[in-house]
Amino acid sequence: MKKILFIEDEQTLQKTLGDFLEREEYKAISALDGEIGLKLARIEKPDLILLDLVLPKMHGLDVLKALKEDPATRRIPVIILTNMEGIEEINKAIELGATTYLVKTSYKLEEVVKKIKKTLDE
Amino acid sequence: MGIVIIITSLLSYLIGTRYVTEPSIIALMDIGLTAVLFIIAFIITRSFERLAEASRMKSEFINIVSHQLRSPITNIKWITDFLTSKDVEMTSEKKEEYFGHLKDNTARMVELVDELLIVSRIEQGSFPVKRREASLENLIKEVINRSKAFAEASNIKLKFRYQKDLPKGFFDITLIRLVIENLIDNAIRYTKGEGEVEIWLEKRNNFLYFRIKDSGVGIPKADQKYIFQKFFRSENILKEQTRGSGLGLYIAKSVIDVSKGKIWFKSEEGRGTNFYFTLPIK
Repeated sequence: MKKILFIEDEQTLQKTLGDFLEREEYKAISALDGEIGLKLARIEKPDLILLDLVLPKMHGLDVLKALKEDPATRRIPVIILTNMEGIEEINKAIELGATTYLVKTSYKLEEVVKKIKKTLDE
Repeated sequence: MGIVIIITSLLSYLIGTRYVTEPSIIALMDIGLTAVLFIIAFIITRSFERLAEASRMKSEFINIVSHQLRSPITNIKWITDFLTSKDVEMTSEKKEEYFGHLKDNTARMVELVDELLIVSRIEQGSFPVKRREASLENLIKEVINRSKAFAEASNIKLKFRYQKDLPKGFFDITLIRLVIENLIDNAIRYTKGEGEVEIWLEKRNNFLYFRIKDSGVGIPKADQKYIFQKFFRSENILKEQTRGSGLGLYIAKSVIDVSKGKIWFKSEEGRGTNFYFTLPIK
């Protein structure tokens, strides 16, 4: 069973996406802030990370940078899942090695899961 | 502008040397003209800087508002996607839970829009204020009662002490209620673990004097001068929770100012915060 780590401080989204992912037979791991997210990424070695940007304790872009600098987590694909859509954030995230940048309000739940499946297949 | 000043300065010198014999008068004319041009340049530059700043603040306002609103919107969107997706089998308990989240997030959007409307009215100066004689201690008791559940859930004890036979104050009940709610909410929210929030009310000269004390995270010195600014949220709060509009204290200060009172605070990071406000007695 593939493991997806979801780093997001909105508990409602954790619950909704978590339930949906489990229904699609993924194991959903949740982290409510950047620091815990980084820790869990190193411990659990998920198959994919969904990363919000506006996070308590550590900003998403700092988490991304740390993930890509660590040989243990460098290869894990990261999909940014955020409501920030400034061109600066997008460029920075892609520069730092994010696979995809998704603005939450623009995507249905099923579409997010399709993107996850596509990334895992690639 | 700088080139204009240099050219004008040179020209006035050349013209001056042609028509005026006294060198000191030429020098005075030159300096005078240059000074006037510098002042004009300064005023023009400042106006452009202010316009640019106003434009930047407007963009920032729109960015922050749209991000803040997007959070509950995403919650509602994804919950409805889930509830309406094919083959979803859900117990009625789970459905109830999700419907509860839908309700909470709708309320969250309503609250944010209400706060933004208040902010907009404050800035346009069209804030309707209905001041009348009212009991501040009764209003505080009412808000404390409504905050009891939240306080208990956060392991916080709310204590209220007030002087006997306090006179009535002269204020708008709806607006001052907003201020008290915000101050109590902050005091509870920003205290980690167990704690006590104490409120005092007394008469001092011709004012009612309110004080609320918490033993919470406190406000770092570097952030203190921004605390009443729109959308400002202190760094040590953002580390704990990113939700929160940053409008509460801006609204509180505007309300107290328009109520002819004063609001201020004393805080020490890691030790807690005291917020104070005064309201006139008619």
